[in-house]
Amino acid sequence: MAIEFRHVSKTFPDGTTAVEDFSLTIPSHETTVLVGSSGCGKTTLLRMINRMVDPSSGSILIDGKDIAEIPPVGLRRSIGYVMQNSGLLPHRTVADNVATVPMLTGVPKRKAREDALGLLDRVGLDRALAGRYPAQLSGGQQQRVGVARGLAVDPNILLMDEPFGAVDPIVRDELQQELLRLQGTLGKTVVFVTHDIDEAFLLGNQVVILQRGGRIAQVGTPKEILANPANEFVADFIGAKRGKRRLTAEPGTGDEVLLVDAAGYAAGVITAPGGRLELVGTGPKSRSVSNKTDQAGDA
Amino acid sequence: MDWVWTHLADIGGLTLDHIALAVPPIVLGFLVSIPLGYWASRSPAARGVLLTVGNVLYTIPALALVVLVPVLLGLSLLNPLNVIVALLIYAVAIMVRSAADAFAAVSEDVRQSAVAQGYSGSQRFFRVELPLAGPVLLAGIRVVSVSTISLVTIGALVGIPSLGSLFTDAYQRAFLLEAAVGFVMVLVLAAVFDLILALVGRLLMPWNRGKSVRGGDRARLEALPVKVTGSI
Repeated sequence: MAIEFRHVSKTFPDGTTAVEDFSLTIPSHETTVLVGSSGCGKTTLLRMINRMVDPSSGSILIDGKDIAEIPPVGLRRSIGYVMQNSGLLPHRTVADNVATVPMLTGVPKRKAREDALGLLDRVGLDRALAGRYPAQLSGGQQQRVGVARGLAVDPNILLMDEPFGAVDPIVRDELQQELLRLQGTLGKTVVFVTHDIDEAFLLGNQVVILQRGGRIAQVGTPKEILANPANEFVADFIGAKRGKRRLTAEPGTGDEVLLVDAAGYAAGVITAPGGRLELVGTGPKSRSVSNKTDQAGDA
Repeated sequence: MDWVWTHLADIGGLTLDHIALAVPPIVLGFLVSIPLGYWASRSPAARGVLLTVGNVLYTIPALALVVLVPVLLGLSLLNPLNVIVALLIYAVAIMVRSAADAFAAVSEDVRQSAVAQGYSGSQRFFRVELPLAGPVLLAGIRVVSVSTISLVTIGALVGIPSLGSLFTDAYQRAFLLEAAVGFVMVLVLAAVFDLILALVGRLLMPWNRGKSVRGGDRARLEALPVKVTGSI
């Protein structure tokens, strides 16, 4: 289920150009993260994949088929969609929310609700919540229900629009780990939109850094981007210039070495025999770590 | 009180007449206002026109309307349809505003989410927007119901029987008890209708139990000038 954008542009009726000549291939069974500040067109790009927004020019292909020829309602039902603030229907119970799309596609009510219980297990929610209404759940629980709903028809593609943007940092952490765990077993083609670069690096196999107008600043794995930021914009965006990712070692207690970032905050601790930090060998892994701090910092 | 016991059958008959005149405008007014209100919630221009027309219609004195309608529709002056049509106009005038607010209050997030899940246009309206507009629609129809039941009495002035006939009769005979009976019966009827609507709302909107209509909406509804028989 590869998704391909071919020279896609979008100008809204009010004259604003959200995306201009955007081309990108999103590989199957991996997570691609579109990351950028607000106004960079990332949500517009995401919504083009299920035809909530149609491009003004250019085309989008899913497995080689132009989606402009697929009726939107059916297309949307075959693609999972998870959004910020969950977007759950407040007048439907948790089970009915999860069962929304199967019921729309004609799966009998009873079976859809049964399947919904299994999906609650899958996203780590207690089945006892099935009969509650969304307003009776915490923000984190609502997002989990949102993910369960997105997975209900076992779609090949899962679109996620800043799904963890509105929950507190601890819950966000849990949800991110949960998504990594799920993705490890499900292997969906996930397209994830966020403005949080840390989230992008954590979740993405492929990360796409966007500038205004949907212009691609850099595409690559998190490692590639950290090691070789393509330009000033990327270096700035990933925080390299601010020295956020440049760490210096300071002696800690005993065998511990304290890592301090450029702002002077303790970023972590490394255990090193005798409290001395030595780079052992010149394997690719340690080299990329040293590259990362040097180059990113100097960029 | 003897008068009441000897005239129970008359009072009962007039109460039924009253109900028969009140129910059609309430039900039809609700049904007509749903599409108009939805339209108004989607288009600012439509909203402006519909609400202005509604306000203008609402200012027409009730008695004038009851006299005008038969002239305009070519009906006999004693046809009960006159009262029904006149009250339908008032009902729509009140209800369109409620319905417009009700649909405008449906969260855009939820609407977008429904689109993203693959609801078609009509499914989204009937399964998402209409139920979510429910609480404010209910508040509106309750105002319409009370107002309509009170206004039905006007028909008595042009000879269409209802509980209002007890007022006209009492006036002609200077018989206070009869007017009091009519007054109490109108109140009871309004209360019963309101109770039924509240119960139907509870049954149809289980997610809404224990929650009241949001403050702003309620305040707006209460600010509506409810037409009372005194306004003739």
